[in-house]
Amino acid sequence: MALLLSVLEQGMVYAIMALGVYITYKILDFPDLTVDGSFPMGAAITALLISKDFNPLLTLPISFAAGALVGALTGLIHVKLKVRDLLSGIIMMTALYTVNLRIAGRANLPIYNKATIFDNSFLDALVPESLNPYKTVLVILIITLVSKYILDWYLRTKSGMMLRAVGDNDVIVTSLGVDRGMMKLVGLSIANGLVSLSGCVFAQQQRFFDVSMGTGTMVIGLASVIIGTSLFKKATIFRVTTSVIIGSVIYKACVALALRLGFPSQDLKAITAVLFLIILVLGNLQKRKVKIHA
Amino acid sequence: MLELSKIYKFYNPGTVNEMCLFRDFNFRVEEGEFVAIVGSNGSGKTSLLNIICGSIPVDSGSIKVKGRDITRMKEFKRMENIGRVFQNPAMGTCPSMTIMENMALAENKGRSYGLGRGVLKRREEAYKDMLRPLNLGLEDKLHVKVGSLSGGQRQALALLMSTMTPMDFLILDEHTAALDPKTAEINMKLTDQVVREKGLTAIMVTHNLRYAVEYGTRLVMMHQGKVILDKSGEEKKNTSVDDILSLFNEISIECGN
Repeated sequence: MALLLSVLEQGMVYAIMALGVYITYKILDFPDLTVDGSFPMGAAITALLISKDFNPLLTLPISFAAGALVGALTGLIHVKLKVRDLLSGIIMMTALYTVNLRIAGRANLPIYNKATIFDNSFLDALVPESLNPYKTVLVILIITLVSKYILDWYLRTKSGMMLRAVGDNDVIVTSLGVDRGMMKLVGLSIANGLVSLSGCVFAQQQRFFDVSMGTGTMVIGLASVIIGTSLFKKATIFRVTTSVIIGSVIYKACVALALRLGFPSQDLKAITAVLFLIILVLGNLQKRKVKIHA
Repeated sequence: MLELSKIYKFYNPGTVNEMCLFRDFNFRVEEGEFVAIVGSNGSGKTSLLNIICGSIPVDSGSIKVKGRDITRMKEFKRMENIGRVFQNPAMGTCPSMTIMENMALAENKGRSYGLGRGVLKRREEAYKDMLRPLNLGLEDKLHVKVGSLSGGQRQALALLMSTMTPMDFLILDEHTAALDPKTAEINMKLTDQVVREKGLTAIMVTHNLRYAVEYGTRLVMMHQGKVILDKSGEEKKNTSVDDILSLFNEISIECGN
């Protein structure tokens, strides 16, 4: 039970990040490595604010805004300075390492015994004693679902449809009199906002910030998106967000399973990478099978 | 209406491969004209369209639309008032979106793409009425993804989408070249119908000499960055495919093709 809860908690925290990766990777077709820096940035900002007894609820919008700003910077480097997409992300990711150290003031910042979104007087009064073990997972579920529904709503607006058009066929975006560079900027902003928000929730759940916690974020996000979208292929665009969330939980379950099999926890990143490779290869096999049958 | 004056365009400037495509090139299109442009490969037809739309910059000269200088205007800004259909049917539509979503996007051209609802349910009948004259049965496929349509259907939809909003002129960039002869014929007739009904000013580049002769109000032949034939009105009506073809052969021999 405890294992299941922890898989659900972690899976859904990372799901918020995976929604962001879904925007860049699937919708914009932009391999955005900024996320490896914007995820810990959300955590760093949050850890700093929480350690200064800031209202934990406010850390959510602040982290989102900071992530959006960073995403926009990646977009500016790519669109205005004409640096290739992958390199723009790498530049930002590298720079953010220092930024995160500066924000937190040190490489590791614990926030034990502080009020967080999971542990505060308001929540204590609201949630009955018997539900205490599920408090964290419930709060995470609410944040993840709210993020998902807002993203679903956005993708159905005119601006959201134009964003989808950029990844689909960027020639038509120009033909419709819209600056496609601007749309990329919007997409990267929303994506990194979500990633940073995910880092914010993660830091409060784990009760610390660590400068290296962002390593492999992109891989986890991609794995979740690929698992989600290939398991639920028939889903329409509005339910894809749901598949991505489920994909993220499945991925965390796989990692948890691997750790259960007896791998020590310092092998975590290697397990992450190998699992991702397996998912990619399986995805390719599936595609080949479809081709043979067609 | 549209006026290009003293256009200079070099490719690969400063290298041994330097090539001058346009040297003091001048071209005018009047309001309501339907210009068909023909010419061999490398004659500058497509470059001309790209220069008008701002897809490629000019080295010098000016481009004016209705007296307004747009030479330095960005491509996407210019496109607000230009409709364009490409040779590749995939260029004019979004494959992963439905016909209805595509039409909703196209209908909003010229206005801002903000946080309003992208697809309005109440426009469904209006979209069907627009699709019906195409006679391709698309009105029953409003919620089908465009990627699953045939090239001809996609091109007809692209044509419709590019003419849904008011514009200064329509650019047709070999828009029937990638289609089979029958589908090409259907799309060409549709184009002619749309241009007439909406009274559009249109510039069409084509490799099909028959289309150039049969359709449009003005016929232009280009060769090595120059206009070598320009007929309109009665003069154009009296021009036959054979006349054009013989001229075409002459220039081809000159080039050693």
